[in-house]
Amino acid sequence: MAEKLIFAYSQKGRQAHTLPEAPPVNFGLPERKILRLPEVSESDVVRHYTRLSRQNYGVDNGFYPLGSCTMKYNPKINEQIAAFEEFTGLNPSAPERAAAGLLKILYETEQMLCRIFGYARFTLQPAAGAHGEFTGLLIIRAYHLEHDGGKRRKILIPDAAHGTNPASCTLAGLQAVTIKSRPDGGVDIDELRRHLDDTVAGLMLTNPNTLGLFEKNILAIAELVHNAGGLLYYDGANANATMGLARPADMGFDVCHLNLHKTFATPHGGGGPGSGPVGVTEKLMPYLPRPTIDFNGQEYFLNHDRPKSIGKVHSFYGNIGVILKAYAYLRLQGSAGLKRASELAVLNANYVKARLQKAYAIPYPQICQHEFVISVKEWKKQYGVSAADIAKRLMDYGYHPPTIYFPLNVPECLMIEPTETESKETLDAFCEAMLKIAAEVQSNPELVKSAPHSTIVGRLDEARAVKEPDLNYFAGAEN
Amino acid sequence: MAYFPHTENDVQAMLQTIGAKSIDELFAAVPEKLKNSEFPEFKPISEIDLLAEINELRHQQTGQTVSFLGGGRYAHYIPPVVPALAGRSEFYTAYTPYQPEISQGTLTAIYEFQSMICELTGLDIANASLYDGATALAEAVSMAAAATGRLEYVIANPLHPNYQAVLKTYLGPRNITGQKNITPNTAAVIFVLPDFHGLLSNWQEYLAKARENGALFIVCADPLLLSVIEPPTADITVGEAQPLGLPQNYGGPALGYLAAKKDFLRQMPGRIAGRTTDDRGQRPFVLTMQTREQHIRREKATSNICSNQALCALMATIYMSYLGTRGLQTVAKLCKANTDYAKQKLGNIPGFSVDKGEHFRDFVLHCPVSAQKINEALAPNYKIGLPLDDKNLLLSVTEKTTKEQINKLAKELSGWQKN
Repeated sequence: MAEKLIFAYSQKGRQAHTLPEAPPVNFGLPERKILRLPEVSESDVVRHYTRLSRQNYGVDNGFYPLGSCTMKYNPKINEQIAAFEEFTGLNPSAPERAAAGLLKILYETEQMLCRIFGYARFTLQPAAGAHGEFTGLLIIRAYHLEHDGGKRRKILIPDAAHGTNPASCTLAGLQAVTIKSRPDGGVDIDELRRHLDDTVAGLMLTNPNTLGLFEKNILAIAELVHNAGGLLYYDGANANATMGLARPADMGFDVCHLNLHKTFATPHGGGGPGSGPVGVTEKLMPYLPRPTIDFNGQEYFLNHDRPKSIGKVHSFYGNIGVILKAYAYLRLQGSAGLKRASELAVLNANYVKARLQKAYAIPYPQICQHEFVISVKEWKKQYGVSAADIAKRLMDYGYHPPTIYFPLNVPECLMIEPTETESKETLDAFCEAMLKIAAEVQSNPELVKSAPHSTIVGRLDEARAVKEPDLNYFAGAEN
Repeated sequence: MAYFPHTENDVQAMLQTIGAKSIDELFAAVPEKLKNSEFPEFKPISEIDLLAEINELRHQQTGQTVSFLGGGRYAHYIPPVVPALAGRSEFYTAYTPYQPEISQGTLTAIYEFQSMICELTGLDIANASLYDGATALAEAVSMAAAATGRLEYVIANPLHPNYQAVLKTYLGPRNITGQKNITPNTAAVIFVLPDFHGLLSNWQEYLAKARENGALFIVCADPLLLSVIEPPTADITVGEAQPLGLPQNYGGPALGYLAAKKDFLRQMPGRIAGRTTDDRGQRPFVLTMQTREQHIRREKATSNICSNQALCALMATIYMSYLGTRGLQTVAKLCKANTDYAKQKLGNIPGFSVDKGEHFRDFVLHCPVSAQKINEALAPNYKIGLPLDDKNLLLSVTEKTTKEQINKLAKELSGWQKN
């Protein structure tokens, strides 16, 4: 049974807190008449949210091969470090000397990221990947405004890119231009050349791309874009394949964002908080958000004196609690450990791909990087079984499904990213489940189409959710 | 080096299945020039050594015990149920709930969060959260610009300077600019409750002017305050919900919230959970209204937001459930009572003064001498309050502040008359 809402436990007069009675006060504004928050006991609260947690699936529950999301194991020591009261209790306006330890950690985090990815500096201010994209694009925009005036407004984006890329362009006042990929998933150089004129601000690229393939021509692409006066932006969603093996700055990317909640093992929290640091080459340093965290040889300090900065993208300095976790991960791994993580992530993806390729159609059969895509479009035609059906059936076998229907240029696709923290045994068991499902598609397609059968709720009517929006308990039909 | 379950035998067996001789072969597509790039390495460390280092660093950070520092982040009491429940790893190690059948925990909590935010703000719809109060306000102005087709916003009363800076960064590139006067070109009028200096004032005049000119009325409100006053009849209400059970975290993670009238659903940014039915007749929850979002509408999306602050929204939801109506109102009233007491006590010290009017949590102390000097003398390793300029100090209290702490501050300040 699905857990009911907290409001259903409410009884007038019940209370959990032990606050003292407040004296009468005057706010000088009309007093609130009705407020319908739940009135429950402490054990009601504890049981309700404990039950809800049991209706959730996280990396700690099991294998989570959600492509492009890098759902690796989240070490417990990171949680412990981020929870120290000396860090969590710190007001952001505290003087630098009272935050000296934390500022040192933030500074060192930046230094380690600079080394691994090849950049001169990083800002830690963006709170998520898309926030990082927005920040990076504003930096590109500011650079061109200073050097070319306002004419460079186009950002070229391959058709297989994450949806955040074009959305971030619009938000940054730039114009997203989609360029078609080659049939093998790479950038079409002729198509790219056609677009490269003096209105181009840059190219946004994910490498390895969203098909899990490394862009072989990256050096030539970078040269073309740079010769045309454009800059290159690296979408770090897939950075887990590159650490210590191919640094984005060496590839020619001028700006790069990372997702600490993917590559650097910080938990995703069911939709955040994340962290999306942005790295830049030396010529773009002046435009970084303010403040930067600087070191004068003696003290770490917040440097607000940045006249060319794009400004602030967060009310303070970013998701510090998340950065602390990534710092711990970076220190425990060391640069060699990060390289090993990327190697084993790629090994795991290729292993799963090799084990599944006899039963599943893999449109890009070459060696992949950290992830790969399956397409079930033939099964859709033959048996009426869709990528979503396969995903739902996987839940019955105890797995979180892969990403589905992305990238958009592969019909009926499932995108599998195992990550390096999974053992061969886990991968073997997952492959066995996938192979069984492939057999079920042919022997009993209805079983797959009506999945999941073992979950607490069945398949949801998503169309109804849109047609008859029920977004607020107090406005909903059941109130 | 840690977190790799692979034995050497595993690696060899896997390579054999793949048909590769070595791991290097898997990186054949990477140009040699990139592979051979050298960079300064850094060594791995053990958990024991790392903890020893961190302990040394954090123990250097002393002095933050008693302070009146607020200005956007506040030291409220956090009931132990909040970290205990939000610390369950089924919640915190999950991704965005794309697969509702195995994500009802997160989805139900988002729906509860949306409902509680709607209740507090008196509005119809709310999203699953935004990065912080400042970016939530920027998103609200963006919504107003899209809804009205206009490009100007007006800030009615003192807004935190960092929020102003974020508005400029977010909106400037799209030529959406802040203006002084409300005119028929105004997309949105922003009213802050309480304002940057803690002052509570009536919004009616600005609401009327916004309506006259066809602009949207955006309120940027503290959610605790909304538990005790009638919520303004805004089109969009946003704010920072850090006071609802989140630590200060040196500024982040924080929790932006955004609620609106239902007419603005199509312009709303971010994730939204909705209730629907499943094939067994139950009423579970799902992410919905996704045609607004970046993964479908791409460059035409209402926003680029993807990851938000879901776990922080869960913490706020647990906090509000635990406190309930009376608890939340009690916290707000205790904050107000402490503000009143501190204003009266400190404002009566010869040479010092405070502003008239009702203040909530923050207030300005006008000092006879340099605020900076007072700060340094009274709290050599920390800050008593936030110096706004030469002689003004922004002080802040919460329900945790005691009369003794305020009395002690008053005693220490009383030696600082102009001399």
